[in-house]
Amino acid sequence: MPALPPTPSTRRASAPPSSCAETLATLRQELAGVRPANRPALPFDLPEIDGQLTDAGLDSSGLHEVAAATASLNDDAAATLFLAGVAGRFATHPNSTMLWAVTAFDLYAPGLEQVGLNPGKVLYGQGRKDAEVLAMAEDALRDGSLACVVAEVKAADMTATRRLQLAASDGQTPMLLYRRHRSREGCPLRTPSSAMTRWRIGCLASERLPWPGVGRARWQVELVRQRNGNPFTLELEACDAEGRLALPASAADRAAAQERAASHAA
Amino acid sequence: MREMGRRSEPAEHPFKARHRDEAAAMTAPAPGPGLTWGRPMVLILREGQREVISSACPLALELGLYPGMTAAHARALIADLDVREAEPAADRALLDRLALHAARQWTPTASVSGADGLWLDLTGTTHLFGGEERFCRRLTAFMNRLGLTVRIAVAGTPGAAHALARFGSAAMTLLPSGKEAEAMADLPLAALRLQPDALTAAARFGLERIADLYPMPRGPLARRLGLRTVERLDQARGSVAEPITPVLPVEAPRVTRQFLEPIGTPESIAQVIADLVDDLATVLQRRALGARTVVLMADRIDGEVQRLIIGASRATRDKAHLKRMFGLKMAQLDPGLGIEAMHLLVPHHEPLTAQAAGTLVESSGAAHDLAPLIDHLAMRAGPSALFRMSSRESDVPERAMRRVSPLASPKGWPEWKRPVRLLQRPEALSGVVALMPDHPPRRFTWRRQDYRVVAGDGPERIHGEWWRNGREMWAVRDYFRVETQDGMRFWLFRRGDGVDALTGDLTWYMHGMFG
Repeated sequence: MPALPPTPSTRRASAPPSSCAETLATLRQELAGVRPANRPALPFDLPEIDGQLTDAGLDSSGLHEVAAATASLNDDAAATLFLAGVAGRFATHPNSTMLWAVTAFDLYAPGLEQVGLNPGKVLYGQGRKDAEVLAMAEDALRDGSLACVVAEVKAADMTATRRLQLAASDGQTPMLLYRRHRSREGCPLRTPSSAMTRWRIGCLASERLPWPGVGRARWQVELVRQRNGNPFTLELEACDAEGRLALPASAADRAAAQERAASHAA
Repeated sequence: MREMGRRSEPAEHPFKARHRDEAAAMTAPAPGPGLTWGRPMVLILREGQREVISSACPLALELGLYPGMTAAHARALIADLDVREAEPAADRALLDRLALHAARQWTPTASVSGADGLWLDLTGTTHLFGGEERFCRRLTAFMNRLGLTVRIAVAGTPGAAHALARFGSAAMTLLPSGKEAEAMADLPLAALRLQPDALTAAARFGLERIADLYPMPRGPLARRLGLRTVERLDQARGSVAEPITPVLPVEAPRVTRQFLEPIGTPESIAQVIADLVDDLATVLQRRALGARTVVLMADRIDGEVQRLIIGASRATRDKAHLKRMFGLKMAQLDPGLGIEAMHLLVPHHEPLTAQAAGTLVESSGAAHDLAPLIDHLAMRAGPSALFRMSSRESDVPERAMRRVSPLASPKGWPEWKRPVRLLQRPEALSGVVALMPDHPPRRFTWRRQDYRVVAGDGPERIHGEWWRNGREMWAVRDYFRVETQDGMRFWLFRRGDGVDALTGDLTWYMHGMFG
């Protein structure tokens, strides 16, 4: 919901604000009263993220957008895994089901199972074009019987995202929209949208292990935009088997380990 | 046959083993007139430890085989005997289908009689087919078209018809009413459907034909052969009634609404559909059925019939759900100048008994019912658009998944490291530098871009599935998970194990991406 400026009458009704910060605080309180009481937000269980999010987590009846940092297939896979991890944590109840709507099916279900989305929980829907995928997602959101809805689209304008946001808050179901890259340059998050949060995920080099193996994957998680909050960027370790992110070890240790691994690999 | 010939025309060896059929054709006597079948055939049934002939073809009967003989004996008598397993259940199913057909097409009262017959109550129906005789000829022709031989008897009582059809002299007997006792007089006692012990007792008293029973006093007859025998005799002669329990053809549930005035507006059509669905739900509930497919037929004034078909992923008679599904499809209905009648028909239904609507106690373990949502989405995107992924028992990565229906419960995969997206088909790498036999590559080129590998895991060896085709007999793929200098994680494989040339040509491929 766009933050409407309160009319002068309401401002006059409350106590006269003394400073800018206080004005903001009163406005935020009024907005919190406008928004309906929802299911509790889903926290990441990492104070570094939850502390910077407005709801201390992902709103369980809102639209969240995720995109890959670049058009490369690796960043695409990282963004997919981030989505799958969040969806898996929304669907922790053993009987819950989520919908994953796509146009071209190239997901590999064994890989999704390894971040906590076991196949009994996922119902896939394949639409012929983006409009059909968005319509399926909206129907599924309004039904309200799913734990989460994920849709992969290349294009979704302001109207489409607004419809999804309204359907999500009507059906009390979280909506995760994956914006795929259309061309090599353009970031899909450049277009306006009414999402609660917008995330951009990219791959980073993992921590070098003392032996020549691949360590836990590491991502650059960037919150591009959130309502009533500030954007931020974090370097995080990828989802584990239950879809949980983690903070990497301290930077000093990492630099030493990286040098060692480079000498191993050379 | 030529014993000797020119060298260019090789003669057959006189002692060469001949084919079995050929040998039989030469030794078997020439078939008599009317016996045009090739080999005698019998059907056998297993009874305890032995196999007994349950029925024999006319040729086999001619050769002296009879039902009840052991199969070993028959095989010893006739070398070239075609012995097949009898299928009583399939016979019974065919007979049931014939009875249903009879009940739909010929008479309201039809039923299966024994293991090989049908009762048809023709009272008041044969005039529709031009009389009894024409009906019987039609029936014979129908059965012949199905490949069956048929014997028909029309009589005043079921007992007499049963006896004449099975033991009478003609294939088609039309008995005038009241002549049952005369017609049956010469038939054997077995024609009366007596119990086996009654038949044994009758044979001991020297009673063979049905006529032998007529002069006997009823009291001693009942004492000797049982009361059941007297009852059967009375039923056959018509002094005691014998009702036939008819089979009831199951009709598809159907509701109809006729209109005084033709309708054409969307509101009125939606209203009629709602009324029809309410009627249908009542019918389904009374018959304890749930609909899987519902067809809406709208008769237009110009005589054309418009159809809408909806399907449900699970049997349902939920009014709101059916109305919503018809509401989604209603735009396809073209009312033209007006609709004068609408019908709902359920061609595919399943048993659905009463179900608990809900409980007062909130049960935490209960899942939401997904079937309405699945129907709704399938209506929008097509029935094949919704699926789940389940595992297939194969180690080859691209074969490990299969689509199952959205209400199935799929199985998971073993916990080997797998990428989240797989390329449609593996793409060849060029410029690969790798230590053989079991190290990941140091550098490679893929899609015209060079990558330098800093870390790798593997190999995970996957063998070809030799039972699928010959090329996979020795094929091996060694999979590696590698990370490049700028943090990209790939899933690569090499064809061949690097030792044995038979396992592959050591080319490298890209197969998937880890996040």
